[in-house]
Amino acid sequence: MVVLDSGDTAWMLISTALVILMTIPGVALFYGGLIRRENVLNTIFLSFVSFAIVSIIWFVYGYDLTFGSDLWGFMGSISNPLFGGIVESGTLSSYAPTIPTGLYAVFQMTFAAITVALISGAVVERMKFSAWLAFIPVWATLVYMPIAHWMWGGGWLAQMGALDFAGGTVVHVNCGMAALALVMLLGARKNSNLLPHHLGYSIIGTGLLWFGWFGFNAGSALGATNLAVSAMIVTNLSACVGMMTWILMDKLQTGKPTILGALSGAIAGLAAITPAAGYVNITAAIIIGFVAAICAYFAVSHLKPRFGYDDSLDVFGIHGVCGIVGTIAVGFFATPLINSAIKGGLIAGNPAQIGIQLLAVLVIGAYAFIMTLIIGKAIDKTIGLRVEEKEEIQGLDLNLHEESGYRLS
Amino acid sequence: MKKILAIIRPDKLEEVKQALEDIGCNGLTIKEVRGRGIQLGITESYRGHDYKVDLLPKTEIEIVTSEEELDNIVDTIVKTAQTGDIGDGKIFISPVEEVIRIRTGERGEKAI
Repeated sequence: MVVLDSGDTAWMLISTALVILMTIPGVALFYGGLIRRENVLNTIFLSFVSFAIVSIIWFVYGYDLTFGSDLWGFMGSISNPLFGGIVESGTLSSYAPTIPTGLYAVFQMTFAAITVALISGAVVERMKFSAWLAFIPVWATLVYMPIAHWMWGGGWLAQMGALDFAGGTVVHVNCGMAALALVMLLGARKNSNLLPHHLGYSIIGTGLLWFGWFGFNAGSALGATNLAVSAMIVTNLSACVGMMTWILMDKLQTGKPTILGALSGAIAGLAAITPAAGYVNITAAIIIGFVAAICAYFAVSHLKPRFGYDDSLDVFGIHGVCGIVGTIAVGFFATPLINSAIKGGLIAGNPAQIGIQLLAVLVIGAYAFIMTLIIGKAIDKTIGLRVEEKEEIQGLDLNLHEESGYRLS
Repeated sequence: MKKILAIIRPDKLEEVKQALEDIGCNGLTIKEVRGRGIQLGITESYRGHDYKVDLLPKTEIEIVTSEEELDNIVDTIVKTAQTGDIGDGKIFISPVEEVIRIRTGERGEKAI
């Protein structure tokens, strides 16, 4: 008979709060500092409403759709709408047997919320607020929930043995591909320069993301265990290596180290270690952070200008690319010495894992991209995705919200 | 009477203000402005992309003074605001027709 473990429960309560801090205000501030001052409130607002709407639908039907009993490997079944009776009965989670079901549900809610908030970085400075409000519940339901079910809710990828410890595919590949699809429908901004109006916000935002990521990754151990400790160490190392690598790339490519580069490198390292955090050792974490930062650097500085898409704050370039790098890296570096629940990857003598990881990236990436195109197109036909040209030039804060971020008189 | 409009580096403001106070020129108005000169500004680099930032922050000092004190004030500003590098700024001098002190209604030089 498994009983509630108060140590595990305490750690998971804290981890849940940490991941909430990543979205509001972590992502909100990180993005808010990078855009024109006329759009600062709108940009921050996108993350806040994402968090609120996803939280609500998660407990109305989202948790069941993702983690309810499996239907054909594709979806969970809704058996307890509005989370009926689950908290009251005090059951322990079948996914994490030492903590309450409700705690596992609220922890998972924070992942759904941040995934949507991350997408907003690609569409800032030109998307209608009403279109974004419509996009959030539809996308969370039709894209996030199925994908999370496939990987984490006992769906077909989980049954195949695909590994994603904390969201390399479910969160990062997913949001990166969705961002790319939305950007293609929206088109480029009138002024698509990345000239941050207040890097101070982005510095605070990155600090909160980094701090919150310990809840994201070490929390994904689902208990106060040695595995959580291991995940915390590799998460931090990958972030640090990512940061130093991007600084080096800046120095080599443009001549001077930049703080935005340092922040971007840290996030690249964090995103890439996410799928691997509970499966790999310290050496692997150093390699993952290094490779991820270089790939992300070239994605934002060469790939984006070459293809000319306006992924405004590099959601695909950093999250998408590093999610792919990290997920494939799991196929190489995963080891049962760190996590006895798995067979491991290539270096542990299981090269087949690489194929499974590649398949997960391809299927999740393609599904997210195509579904987001369809959802975005439908919203464009009904509400319209993009603001009027005049509103875009004058700024969204005044035109969509009748507020301004800096009232200096 | 003359109006002196000096555009200087923002980081030189404190020094210039102190030097003006030392020669007895207390009244002045400051504006934070942005502008560019012949060289069209500088380059900044974000995420591997270079951007030309052609409007740089500057500080504008406005002083109205009598003909006799004009040269002294201008010399003081030039001396303290100068670094010798591009971007030190410019001074424009123009005639002022009338000065009126709102509190008393006084006119002319005694109202400066």
